[in-house]
Amino acid sequence: MTAHQTISPAPVTAAEKLTGAEIVVRALVDQGVDTLFGYPGGAVLPIYDALFHEPRLKHVLVRHEQGAGHAAEGYARSTGRPGVVLVTSGPGATNAVTPIVDALMDSIPLVVITGQVPTHLIGSDAFQECDTVGITRSATKHNVLVKDVRDLARAIHEAFHIATSGRPGPVLIDIPKDVQFASCPYTPPGEVRFAHAYAPRRLGDPARVREAVELIASARRPILYVGGGVINAGPTASEALRAFAGATGAPVTATLMGLGAYPASGPQWLGMLGMHGAYEANHAMHDCDVMVCVGARFDDRVTGKLDAFSPGSKKIHIDIDPSSIGKIVHCDVAIVGDAGEVLAQMLDAWAGRQPADLSPWWAQIDGWRARNGFAYAPSDTVIKPQYAVERLYALTRGAEAGGREVYISTEVGQHQMWAAQFFHFHQPNRWMTSGGLGTMGYGLPAAVGIQVAHPDALVIDIAGEASVQMTMQEISTAVQYELPIKVFILNNEWMGMVRQWQQLLHGERYSHSYASALPDFVKLAEAYGAVGLRAETPAELDAKIMQMIDTPRPVIFDCRVAKDENCLPMIPSGKAHNDMILADMAAELGSLIEDDGKRLV
Amino acid sequence: MTDTLPADPAGSAYFLDFETGEERRATFAVIVDNEPGVLHRVVGLFSARGYNIESLTVAETDHAVHTSRITIVTRGREGVLAQIKAQLGKIVQVRQVFEVGGDPRWVERELALVKVRGTGEHRVEALRIAEIFRARVIDTGTDSFVFELTGAPDKINKFETLMRPLGLVEVSRTGVLSIARGAERV
Repeated sequence: MTAHQTISPAPVTAAEKLTGAEIVVRALVDQGVDTLFGYPGGAVLPIYDALFHEPRLKHVLVRHEQGAGHAAEGYARSTGRPGVVLVTSGPGATNAVTPIVDALMDSIPLVVITGQVPTHLIGSDAFQECDTVGITRSATKHNVLVKDVRDLARAIHEAFHIATSGRPGPVLIDIPKDVQFASCPYTPPGEVRFAHAYAPRRLGDPARVREAVELIASARRPILYVGGGVINAGPTASEALRAFAGATGAPVTATLMGLGAYPASGPQWLGMLGMHGAYEANHAMHDCDVMVCVGARFDDRVTGKLDAFSPGSKKIHIDIDPSSIGKIVHCDVAIVGDAGEVLAQMLDAWAGRQPADLSPWWAQIDGWRARNGFAYAPSDTVIKPQYAVERLYALTRGAEAGGREVYISTEVGQHQMWAAQFFHFHQPNRWMTSGGLGTMGYGLPAAVGIQVAHPDALVIDIAGEASVQMTMQEISTAVQYELPIKVFILNNEWMGMVRQWQQLLHGERYSHSYASALPDFVKLAEAYGAVGLRAETPAELDAKIMQMIDTPRPVIFDCRVAKDENCLPMIPSGKAHNDMILADMAAELGSLIEDDGKRLV
Repeated sequence: MTDTLPADPAGSAYFLDFETGEERRATFAVIVDNEPGVLHRVVGLFSARGYNIESLTVAETDHAVHTSRITIVTRGREGVLAQIKAQLGKIVQVRQVFEVGGDPRWVERELALVKVRGTGEHRVEALRIAEIFRARVIDTGTDSFVFELTGAPDKINKFETLMRPLGLVEVSRTGVLSIARGAERV
């Protein structure tokens, strides 16, 4: 493309000139940023120099740029504010790519600032040069290389606007070192004219809202299926959801990303749906007559076999991203808008209606509930991983009752699903997990970011011993900043989900899924200056968990659990919602999955 | 941000398309902010999501406001085409997306340069067909012509077909451009 000038020069509003590096720092302060997660290097040293003089910005030095990105994600998801990352050029930028894609998939607002080699060296294969905007173009919601210092303030302010509005996501700003040294007047947020016509719609079309409400009012077997969009739309969206659920009497299920939008203690709560979701939630999705999808995207972990997905229902889809609507599943009423705004509109349109008589539907649901889909075989000799999460949940209630907020992050795998099944969330923004991308190594650095944002909270990374080793070095960050995160490792010595799939789908050929050399996590914790704890029997578990909770320092907890436990219930690949495998069918597991299903991911 | 609302059931990429939908050709006119990387984002979207590009034209069209116009010809089932439109609309630098192919309110044109080698009857016949198509001769030798031809893509396809037995050597085409009929700007 014959493109040159990114943005025309910013208007001059003050005689005072700042360097590009100072503009970065000033713009971050003006955007309300209080914390950056970063790692210095040659191409960002001018910005680090400017940070040195700015007491309003706390910088958290991570141990690897991937950690900076996930920490910023944890910060963002737990506060509702954008996470900010500052890394250098070349490897600094490439190391940050994984969390950037993670944030794109899970719609997390991030602003990532990368240093770049000086403008005149771009394209010359200079030291620590890489094509950062090229590499991250498909990884970001938007990115920009700022080649003129006069464009810098606007680019940063616009980055915050784009990252946090519409469907949130990561925005990257690549700043060459000479631009950081060059100077020009600074433009504050209120005086900037954005370069793009980007303006996502927040309010739903009123006609569609009325149509949706009529459909819900006529339903006899309705269900609310809510996703991360409700969390992203802020706490008022969760309140609107609770009010709308109350008004309609409809049961509520949520995706992995939507946990906490509706309280797990609420009377209409069915539990998480999907591949490892609640038996009653999946059956209700299958048999409902009207499905209201709010801020979710019919992910393949949720739908199971598509042509058997909720075959008899009319579907209402509310999403701020028009491309999510109709992408996977046909919907009958499409409403583009912010989940919170549209739910409030629907509540208005519902007005004083009485809920329909849904008692036959609830009776049916109670039948599914009675099946007790999360049951597992208990043991008094080995710690069952489900039991460990159940006890962790129970024993953190005291902290919660005492006014100490509890935040949970996870890695990716079986432990993540057990956490979603057995830890219960009653408020939004308390549950941080890598859903779309499924990034092993997310949880520990995310916990660092959460704890930075909530210094007094109890922050626990429910981890697996395989995932946690991918970003284990960030425990050093936690120690440096006295962040008392708890890394609760369900240690079964296997990549558990891989092992489970190999058992079920690959003839029990356990190809490279066992780590025969694991660190001693207690000694490892001590080596890092953290506290190490270990529990090996159910009898000692409670006391050790309490010891962890009461330790005011970072803790790595090596919870030795049953090695070959499978994560159930499960919709096997290629099956429908009403075709779940439950724990008491486990003997026949292998035979329940057909060849077609084995080809799927 | 363009208002891309794939609200009608035809927007489903699943129920209609995977099973029953027919593929069709579609032309999208995309008005974008002219800045580095926009073309990469648009083309990257097509490759990342597995859509086809049959032709692509791009140039700055309004220097004052830094907008360019990208015209993309693609093929797909209805749901896929609705997704293409919605996904294009999500790109921050994209201002507007129009589907113009097959819409009588829009015209599409393409320019082709066509080289034909031949002597005797073939040469005479090539020249005669060129006249019918209102193609201009822009280069000639004793045994070759280069024709310049504009028209809708179908017309150029037809010209190519007729020239093939007469000694067609090579064709260079611009890809499709489009504009709405009438006095208004989009």
